[in-house]
Amino acid sequence: MSSRLELLNAGGFRVDGRKQHELRSISIKLGGSIEGCDGSAEVTQGLTVVSASVFGPREPRLGGQSHDRATINVEVSLSPWGSMERKRRNKGDRRLLEIASAIRSTFEPVVHTHLYPRSQIDIFVQVLQQDGGILPASINATTLALMDAGIPMQDFVTSLSCGIHSTSPLLDLNNVEESDLPNLTVAVLPRTAKVTLASLETRLHVERFEEIFRLAIDACQVLHQEMDLATRARTKLLVSAMGGKLSIDKDSDEEARVGGLLDDDEMEY
Amino acid sequence: MGGVAGLGSDRDLTIACTGESIASSQTFMRGHGSYLDQETSSILSSVCGTVERVNKLVSVRPVRTRYSPEVGDLVVGRVTEVGPRRWKVDIGSKSDAALLLSSVNLPGGVQRRKLESDELQMRNFFQEGDLLVAEVQSIFHDGSVGLHTRSLRYGKLRNGSLVRLAPVLIQRLKSHFLTLPNAEVDIVLGLNGYVWVAKHIPFDVTKAEGEASGKGIGMDIDGVYSDVNEEIPIHVRRSISRVSHLLKLLASYQLPISDVIVQKAYDFLHSFSSENLVGG
Repeated sequence: MSSRLELLNAGGFRVDGRKQHELRSISIKLGGSIEGCDGSAEVTQGLTVVSASVFGPREPRLGGQSHDRATINVEVSLSPWGSMERKRRNKGDRRLLEIASAIRSTFEPVVHTHLYPRSQIDIFVQVLQQDGGILPASINATTLALMDAGIPMQDFVTSLSCGIHSTSPLLDLNNVEESDLPNLTVAVLPRTAKVTLASLETRLHVERFEEIFRLAIDACQVLHQEMDLATRARTKLLVSAMGGKLSIDKDSDEEARVGGLLDDDEMEY
Repeated sequence: MGGVAGLGSDRDLTIACTGESIASSQTFMRGHGSYLDQETSSILSSVCGTVERVNKLVSVRPVRTRYSPEVGDLVVGRVTEVGPRRWKVDIGSKSDAALLLSSVNLPGGVQRRKLESDELQMRNFFQEGDLLVAEVQSIFHDGSVGLHTRSLRYGKLRNGSLVRLAPVLIQRLKSHFLTLPNAEVDIVLGLNGYVWVAKHIPFDVTKAEGEASGKGIGMDIDGVYSDVNEEIPIHVRRSISRVSHLLKLLASYQLPISDVIVQKAYDFLHSFSSENLVGG
């Protein structure tokens, strides 16, 4: 399927008005969205919205435990209303299983699983809106959810996709670009710039590979700054609340409510 | 900076995020929540939380985490499995705790070794899904946890409802059994973040003393393993629900939960006229 759309016009703008190396706007919501879980996060990158929730480390249900480390389970689901065509996918969908196993293999070496022998960490990823870059957004959301759950890890894991339009590399692809361009997804540990995932599902000229690979790794550092800011702010908020330094006034009410367990109407007495 | 980032004389707590360097491994030892980076030989934080230092030991305490049991902790748990001579109890930690048949009280307070007949009727004591309050008796070398309910204060829970809060919020107190007199409600603050809010039942001191003096036999504690709720008047039901919501509300602001705070918060709530309250 070749598109009539001009993915990169003469002025150097892409279909959604971004420049070549411009990332989509990212917003991060930590914790509180899903009740009963140990940690959760919602990441919005452009029009892609992914929420991740973490349960555990907890007693393994239904076998599958290992005696010297925790096992990580990942389940991915796409909401039927989140894409262009309304479609219900069942749990066994091959694409979902592929994303889930990519997330698992990304995090297995990063999470300190040896600290929790004979237990299990469950990660549930829900893709609420899809506009390209589902895997990188899921990885970013999972990183933040694991941190919110207080699970020890080596470092952040930040992930981004990068494509190439003839000879010009494009960062953080949206749905239109993703379906038409050769693209690569990388996940990086920002501190050491080690790559834990590099996934290439399309054909790409070998001489172009290194260029976009390096570019994506650099861009992941930018993403790391955003994620670091968000987690730091939340940690600070929670610590100050625990120390009794939190002042609850009407203006800061939304920020002060860190757990978000109750809806407003439930609070009214 | 002398080794540890920002760990100065000021009382301000230092916050570290995952992957952040917190100290040099030459001068400090790493504790919980940190790991050693081989390449730079510095100690890095593995969680997000506050940096703590005891002499040469640096550790990071995460702001939110699962409960990690310590001997002597009071916990509220739910039975998940009845096994050979033991119950598995979910206490919200990394794995289920074990409650051995030998560490429970027999109905009637009889003091004797547990026989095979007791083993066969274990489900009469605790079934799957039952809630109980217990104390952490021991932590085995493999990290699994043993509980005991050998006190009249401990045992099966009924007449109330469970609230699950973040375990870090529960403060260590002299007693984790609270009573709110004007709410007619008892609260069991499990250190694992499970909190039981129930109808107030006066604790009979003579029974407890009977246990302490070793009389045991002949005590009427048949109610201990009962599954059936007592009659709970409507105003008590209301205050159970009110206190449960209050606890959730305090926790949603990440406020530490202690006897004083719960009491004060309830009194504040109580000071409003009852017509404005839920169902009042």
